[in-house]
Amino acid sequence: MSSFWQNVRRTFRLLTYNKVGFIGLLGVIFFILLSFVGPYVVPLDTQTKVDKIYQPPSSEFWLGTDSEGRDIFSQIVHGGKDVLVVAFLAGFISTTIAVLFGSLSALAGGWVDNAIMALADIVLTIPQFPLLAVLAGLVKFNNVTLLALILGVLSWPALTRAIRAQVLSLREREFVEAARALDLGTRHIILKEILPNMMSYIAINLIFAMTAAIYAQVGLVFLGLVPFSGSNWGVMLSLAWTRGAIFYKGSLWYIMAPVAAIALFQLSLVSFTRLLEEIFNPRLRTSV
Amino acid sequence: MTQHTNGVLELVHVERTFKVGRRFVRVLDDISFSIGKGDILCLVGESGCGKTTTGKIVAGLLPPTGGEIRFLGQNVWEMNKEEFRHYRRAVQIIHQDPYSSLNPTQRVSTILTAPLLRHGIARNHKEAKEKALELLRIVDLTPPEDFYNKYPHQLSGGQRQRVSVARALTVNPEFLVADEAVSMLDVSIRVSLLQMLERLRNQMGVAYLFITHDLAVAKYFAWEGRIAVMYLGRIVEIGPTPQIINNPRHPYTKALLSAIPEADPKATRSKERVHLRSLDVPSLLNVPSGCSFHPRCPLYEAGLCDATVPQLVDVGDGVQVACHVVAREQGVA
Repeated sequence: MSSFWQNVRRTFRLLTYNKVGFIGLLGVIFFILLSFVGPYVVPLDTQTKVDKIYQPPSSEFWLGTDSEGRDIFSQIVHGGKDVLVVAFLAGFISTTIAVLFGSLSALAGGWVDNAIMALADIVLTIPQFPLLAVLAGLVKFNNVTLLALILGVLSWPALTRAIRAQVLSLREREFVEAARALDLGTRHIILKEILPNMMSYIAINLIFAMTAAIYAQVGLVFLGLVPFSGSNWGVMLSLAWTRGAIFYKGSLWYIMAPVAAIALFQLSLVSFTRLLEEIFNPRLRTSV
Repeated sequence: MTQHTNGVLELVHVERTFKVGRRFVRVLDDISFSIGKGDILCLVGESGCGKTTTGKIVAGLLPPTGGEIRFLGQNVWEMNKEEFRHYRRAVQIIHQDPYSSLNPTQRVSTILTAPLLRHGIARNHKEAKEKALELLRIVDLTPPEDFYNKYPHQLSGGQRQRVSVARALTVNPEFLVADEAVSMLDVSIRVSLLQMLERLRNQMGVAYLFITHDLAVAKYFAWEGRIAVMYLGRIVEIGPTPQIINNPRHPYTKALLSAIPEADPKATRSKERVHLRSLDVPSLLNVPSGCSFHPRCPLYEAGLCDATVPQLVDVGDGVQVACHVVAREQGVA
């Protein structure tokens, strides 16, 4: 039991060691709580209040009101879930494909390697955004999982190539040769010798895949290519834009709120990568 | 041709080629030797002469393209799974570079306990820890508790090399292939590591294939064993260390020995040098005909040395030399 608490303490010290990274982690946790727990606390304000259009922030409306007098804060709270879900899902899907394909490509070699690399090259040359725009016309993107899947399937090639190169280099290392001589088994070599040496890289790329997915998704929604379903930071931006919010004097809060939410979440994710780097690469740690 | 027929590990006419582009490069040619229990065989030679490749073949990390490697009389690459596992664990390798031979993401504890647990040498984590601490003590990393939870980057080069040795010892090997194991260490640390390896031989009966480019180290470590001198993928002279050092026969061995500086600068200056006809090592892509040493050899005889490949022949005192001229002078040609 004491060793358990020791581990907890050690982990906590590790987490707090990098200040920037720790703030990033707190930011990510804040946005997760805001988007997944928030909606149960703050009801979505759908009532049009003509007398309260474009109100500045007040104790009643924390972030002011929109073009129809509705509370912006409640929309921010309710609009994060889709964005986050798509970001996490798309990130995980593309990273998983990349790790599997990249390792397989490097370890199998031969025609498997050639086939995977050819596929990666083809996907890499497809212009993503126009393809998404065309796809949006064919498929109804009202399902977040489907959107995440498509974003994920389109964004694995770059990481796949990097993983392949890393595995090719790592498997020739002397510690892998020593593990072979010690007969530790292929499973051990892949999971305990090679993978941990790529973890910081993989984790950081997972985060970058998430940020890319957020921009792709919000961009699609903003351009109106993905049908509005419920509320979403992208939908808010799009509405603010189409209602001509930029021309009204008091509308700054309406258009800036979703922009700030997206930017702050991205910033949290990116600073969080600093912490990940330190967690997965013991050489960077100064203590623990 | 191997006089040690009781050898536990034998290489018989081993050949290894690598494909470079569209060409095949023969890195090892007709390598034969045997190592018995507790023996030391020291492999010396210039960089690129095939020492490391030989080491990898001995450790079973690389299959030979010709000839056989035998363990307890059995061809390693025709063994069944169970026999191969036994062989694999019996022969361990210590690498040259202490900075890349330990996984940077693993603590010393993991590095040592993983093989112990994997092969059932320790039944549980507690037992594995005890065994690992014991191993750290054996390799002179004391107090072992100080090193047990460290990451490799927190250790010095010499300490890492000791961890490498401890890791190799986890599976109770009978052979250690030490591939330039001390070349990257400071001279002062080198001696204490060599003494430790020597102690392992005396206490645990570990045999060594000791690979080095440094004849001084070979002389120090393998005085009770044998030295094999390699040149461009072939063994040119093999025999008991005192014989090789004090009475080298092959012109290449002579040249190597004459290049070692003596402790006394006057002795070094007055030392007789073997004058090679060329200082360039021929490329493996273009190995000279006949005796591959002939373009550099001071004893070169046209029509003989560049025509036929000399075979290793006994010249007495347990020494074998592959040189036409030496063999003729000894009257054994």
